[in-house]
Amino acid sequence: MARHQENQDNSSQSGFLFEESTNLQRRRLLATLFRRTCRAISYLLVGMVCYLLWDVFSDGIPWLSWDFLTHYASRLPEKSGIKASLFGSLWVIAITITFALPVGIGAGTYLEELMPEGKLKDLISLNIQNLAGVPSIVYGILGLAIFVRTFNFGTSVLSGGLTLGLLILPIIIIVTRESLRSVPQSIRQAALAMGATEWQVVKYYVLPTSFSGILTGVILAVSRAIGETAPLILVGAVAYIRYTPDSPLDAYTTLPIQIYNWVGKPKQEFHELAAAGILVLLAIMFLINLVAIVLRQRKQKTYI
Amino acid sequence: MKNFSLVTSQDRSYQLAIWEQRAIRVVLTACALLSVAITIGIIVMLMVHCRYFFLEVPWPQFFFGTKWAPLFEPRHFGVLPIIWGTLLVSLGACAISIPFGLGIALFLSEFAKPRTRSIFKPIIELLAGIPSVVFGYFALITITPALKIILPQTEVFNALSASIVVGIMTIPMISSLSDDAFRSIPRSLREAGYAMGATSFEVSFQVVLPAAISGVIASIILAFSRAIGETMAVTLAAGASPKLTLNFLESIQTMTSYIVQVSMGDTPHGSVEYYSLFAVAAILFFITLFFNIFADFVLRKTRISYI
Repeated sequence: MARHQENQDNSSQSGFLFEESTNLQRRRLLATLFRRTCRAISYLLVGMVCYLLWDVFSDGIPWLSWDFLTHYASRLPEKSGIKASLFGSLWVIAITITFALPVGIGAGTYLEELMPEGKLKDLISLNIQNLAGVPSIVYGILGLAIFVRTFNFGTSVLSGGLTLGLLILPIIIIVTRESLRSVPQSIRQAALAMGATEWQVVKYYVLPTSFSGILTGVILAVSRAIGETAPLILVGAVAYIRYTPDSPLDAYTTLPIQIYNWVGKPKQEFHELAAAGILVLLAIMFLINLVAIVLRQRKQKTYI
Repeated sequence: MKNFSLVTSQDRSYQLAIWEQRAIRVVLTACALLSVAITIGIIVMLMVHCRYFFLEVPWPQFFFGTKWAPLFEPRHFGVLPIIWGTLLVSLGACAISIPFGLGIALFLSEFAKPRTRSIFKPIIELLAGIPSVVFGYFALITITPALKIILPQTEVFNALSASIVVGIMTIPMISSLSDDAFRSIPRSLREAGYAMGATSFEVSFQVVLPAAISGVIASIILAFSRAIGETMAVTLAAGASPKLTLNFLESIQTMTSYIVQVSMGDTPHGSVEYYSLFAVAAILFFITLFFNIFADFVLRKTRISYI
């Protein structure tokens, strides 16, 4: 009666006890194989990740030098560097942060703390959830139509920064809400009971308590923005720039765009340059994440 | 610490606080409404430009045409080949990310020791943080040459290496979300299974997986949707030759890589190619929107509570 009943509704109760003994051996073998496969798959993935990273390292390390960081891109691989793209990335990210940080944290705080429950709140929440899943290239198209054409910012740092700002806005809102949600209700009630207004509760208690959580999430969102390429191609980041931007309306290139450009070239040397660029990009992201980890572990006001 | 006690409604500081709250409410409401404005902005922007596009290209030709050649004469605007290319890469990616993602999730939640788990988890998170252009490098520089050794007829640009890297990219999505789903199942359910004499395989497939099925399906849908929208890796690895093929070793083109191809060139503002960007992006947007809402629906409707 054993095997045939497994399709019943309560599959977990399907008479395992009544198996015959040869069957039992087969089941045990299957279980062992299954466990080993799962483990092998996991180790295989880690091995693959290590191999890919090692591959980048071995290609890129010889090209990493001070000259690589301080030269502009060039037709000649030996003279190429990432100065323009490094500065371009910094400019774009600075604009992204100035736009997305206050707006995102503000929206998240409003939704979580101040907004009355209701249909509108559910709608906005669902909307933000979906925005987080929109492909980044669609944000690029939005940036192209709105910032580059309609507002006439052209293919400037400003367009790029704002486009990436729109891209990470939903992420920042979501992480803000999540860290605000982890603040215990008793703090709010205590402050309200003492006569504080809702905004005072948020300003003096809730936001300071969740500060490091929000910051961690924001940093992860920013590191996503740093690596983003597709939307910037649409809003016109170009690879051949031999100067660093001086104002938000200047043309620019960014590190991922430069890497994309180098990978697409047929010459072997440019691929190695791309690997060196990837190492710099990964190093920047690693440093940023390190800051996030340190902040997460730093002592913060706790109320438990 | 602020002293809120002993305030009355006549107090100046109280009045001030009330006004501050009103002002801040207006500002923050504007922030929250901006997110709605973005969605409306995306939809309106896509629709307006699509209208121009469909003035030039009749919609049956666009949706049912099987030849996509918008950049050179004679022009053809049949979108099916690039939709097919997207599906081919995304399905190929799922063929990799589903077994890997679920295997890893089962390993981490059911079999791994806490120490192993604490090593694997950050590595998988690291994988999730690697930018997509870096995966493009992996595909073109590492994976394609390796494929050429195994299968010599592989083209320089091919759908297979794109599928492999997009698959690797979406593994963390499936494994993290499924792992969360597996771990939210109470221990007692598994123990009941083992007490009945079930093996670990049977517990995994007949107890854990069915109980967490909504989370698992949602994670797969989200990974699929992410694969559809994936751009840089696919652009670098899969090439730019739109065609209806089942051969993974050939070069194809996806919707996203078409968008990149057009915007890398000098496309005059207002031309048909320019508007075709928006038509393709609209398809991309609505497909991913559909899958995201579907995943949300699966999570909401089929959630089982074990408390």
